[in-house]
Amino acid sequence: MRAFINPFALKKSGILGMNSRNVEFISRYNSRKLFPLVDNKLQTKLLAQEYGINTPSLLFVVHYQHDVYGLKEKLQNISSFVIKPACGSGGKGILVIKGKKGDDFVKASGAVLSVEEVIRHVTNILAGLYSLSGDQDSAIIETLIEADPFFDAYSYQGVPDIRIIVFQGYPVMAMLRLSTKDSDGKANLHQGAVGVGLDIQTGKAIHAVMNGVKVLTHPDTKAQLDTIAIENWREMLLLACSCYDMSNLGYLGVDIVLDKNRGAMLLELNARPGLSIQIANSKGLLPRLREIEKVALKKIRVEERVDLVMNSSLFCASEK
Amino acid sequence: MISKKILFLLVSILIALGIFIAFMRHEQTGVPFVSSENKDVWMVEARVDFQAQENRPITVSLSLPSDTTGYKIYFEQSVSAGYGFNVSDKDGLKRGTWSVRQAKGKQTLYYKAQVVQDTAGETLLAQDEPKLEAKDEILWSESESIAAKEILAEAYAKSSDDISFTRELIKILSEIHTNQEGSLLLAKRKYIDVLNKLLDDAGVIHRMSLALELQDARRNQSLTPVIEVLDRNEWVLFDPKNALQEKSKNFFLWTRGGKSLIDIVGGTNARVSFSMIKQNMPALELAQAHFEEGGFGFFSIHRLPIEEQSLFKMLLLLPIGALITVFMRLLIGIKTSGTFMPVLIAMAFLQTSLFLGMVNFVVLVGIGLILRSFLSSLNLLLVARIATIIVIVIFIVAFMTLIGYELGFNTGMSVAFFPIIILAWTIERMSILWEEEGPKEVMIQGSGSLLVASFAYMAMVNDYVAHLVFNFPELHLIVIAFIILMGRYTGYRLLELYRFREFKGI
Repeated sequence: MRAFINPFALKKSGILGMNSRNVEFISRYNSRKLFPLVDNKLQTKLLAQEYGINTPSLLFVVHYQHDVYGLKEKLQNISSFVIKPACGSGGKGILVIKGKKGDDFVKASGAVLSVEEVIRHVTNILAGLYSLSGDQDSAIIETLIEADPFFDAYSYQGVPDIRIIVFQGYPVMAMLRLSTKDSDGKANLHQGAVGVGLDIQTGKAIHAVMNGVKVLTHPDTKAQLDTIAIENWREMLLLACSCYDMSNLGYLGVDIVLDKNRGAMLLELNARPGLSIQIANSKGLLPRLREIEKVALKKIRVEERVDLVMNSSLFCASEK
Repeated sequence: MISKKILFLLVSILIALGIFIAFMRHEQTGVPFVSSENKDVWMVEARVDFQAQENRPITVSLSLPSDTTGYKIYFEQSVSAGYGFNVSDKDGLKRGTWSVRQAKGKQTLYYKAQVVQDTAGETLLAQDEPKLEAKDEILWSESESIAAKEILAEAYAKSSDDISFTRELIKILSEIHTNQEGSLLLAKRKYIDVLNKLLDDAGVIHRMSLALELQDARRNQSLTPVIEVLDRNEWVLFDPKNALQEKSKNFFLWTRGGKSLIDIVGGTNARVSFSMIKQNMPALELAQAHFEEGGFGFFSIHRLPIEEQSLFKMLLLLPIGALITVFMRLLIGIKTSGTFMPVLIAMAFLQTSLFLGMVNFVVLVGIGLILRSFLSSLNLLLVARIATIIVIVIFIVAFMTLIGYELGFNTGMSVAFFPIIILAWTIERMSILWEEEGPKEVMIQGSGSLLVASFAYMAMVNDYVAHLVFNFPELHLIVIAFIILMGRYTGYRLLELYRFREFKGI
């Protein structure tokens, strides 16, 4: 049993490597000046609202320390909400409040926080505790996403999300990320979440992995993974691909969540999406990206781009 | 984006240029491509700094070295604008004298000598030597005199002649010195003076001299006092702190018999510091490289003062470390914490040694991480946090140095060579990593950094590499060419072949 794969075999299976992604896709298609747009969640959200893209509604933003004192009144009438740092990364600094208990707040885990503790959390965000650069940050307070009951059987804590790679406005590859006990409610594959590869044309599960190994059922809920089929798949792709028109980033990772009441919503954008989506799909990105490079047209509507991928056998030819 | 063709053209031009210039330099100056192992050649530089007194003629007289046991002076030179220089040899005592009618402000004079280590060289004979000067006598008090007699008796009992007697004496004295007991003799006096007096008391013919300890690429060194003992017409050198006459310890005698190192008239605050650098190539070719005027000789690092040369000897190794790092990250895919931190760690390893450096690094970062975890409960802003860690790191370094000293390892000192700020950043980054991704990722990146650093170290410590980059700096054009090439490599990294190994069947 060899631990390594022959590079030519890997090339043949069309796997996109890190160097190739950085040189041939990110630095070629993603202009540096557009990065702040996706690195700052507040900017992404405001832009999305401008473009009519569905996102968790923004309740209010706290920019400065002196605004913190008005927080108590503002939070009084809201029963559930999420507090996020605008420039946070990897899910750090996100506080999810599920409900209220008297004057206190109840976290997703069931722990109870006083108003003072919530305010201190906001102060920490403003001080830059969770931002990567350590600079001053803003705190975003938005409505709580209520996971679509469809996913209840597939996720341990945490809300599942769908990652779609959008290349020059065309959907290329997708996966569903399900948090597990190992991943501590987080949906990152390298932290032990389950990645379910989704057929880009139909939204049906084709493969699933956890920690790089193929799995058939969710480790915690034991639910069958291969029967998953995302409803309204076309809507999902439309949402993802319109993010290209909004951000102008040619190589983009779009994270989407499904809300019980409001349907598909944009969670965040990623200008340097990871490579593990290929493992979840058991397919390489490269042939698909090359195919898009051949057919991509500027100035065509998002519906046409999505329909091209959904209805033609664009990717089938290169993957036989 | 520049097209691949132009890129390859640029790369080939760089490589061709590098090879061409290196070859031309080789042809013109005769510097060989391969360092030969013949002899160690040391370039030694004495630098005299002083403050000139206004409107007064200045005379600076510096004691200069002459051929001694094991060393031969190949050529010497003085660099000092506006000064007259002349070397005099009186009573076997060599002195260099600089003079000028007037000068203003801070003055710097250089004396450069090329010294060849020659083990088969002639030995020093007594009659060639300058006469002994009368020394300032130490007078023992009564109790001291008893202690001195005891020591002399002990050394006498264990020895057979002057040489073994001196060795025993140094052994006893240095033990007393480090043990700090019975240090009656050493309490108020300098160690070297006590040794001198004891040898006087015993009637051993000896003298105190100043020698330079030769170590590669050192700057700002000063002379070390040594003891010479006359044994059958031959002077034998002793390190006063170490009884064993280590031949490997490179003592180059500078001024002999207690003569003053520097005399100055018309200036104040005179200070002499020494720099040296080891070169190994045939001395003749080296000299040629030095004196070549114009052409490639002109554009040569050898023309710089030794102090700068030693600096460049280190600096010119940096690109090699950078090249290794680029290779390990882009082609192998090893994760390191901080892009070029491994190079800086490797530079620190050059000063210490690979094993000790690694141990020091791991211990430092480990302690730093533990202390950092206390800090995180304080919720400090990043800049304040890093600043705090810097102070903590300095404390740890001081602490480790102390421990090392107390335990008798000189090596604790070597911690000080680590770049403090870089260490502080490493600790900060690793602790964030620990919180966000868990200890596993910290281990991966930490050991990745150390692995890359040790590869970089191995390349940088290689004599052949050091010889090439120092004598043919144009070879760095080739390094740049390779870095550019790797920067545009879009193939798989070695570790990706492992990451995507499951795709075997597809």
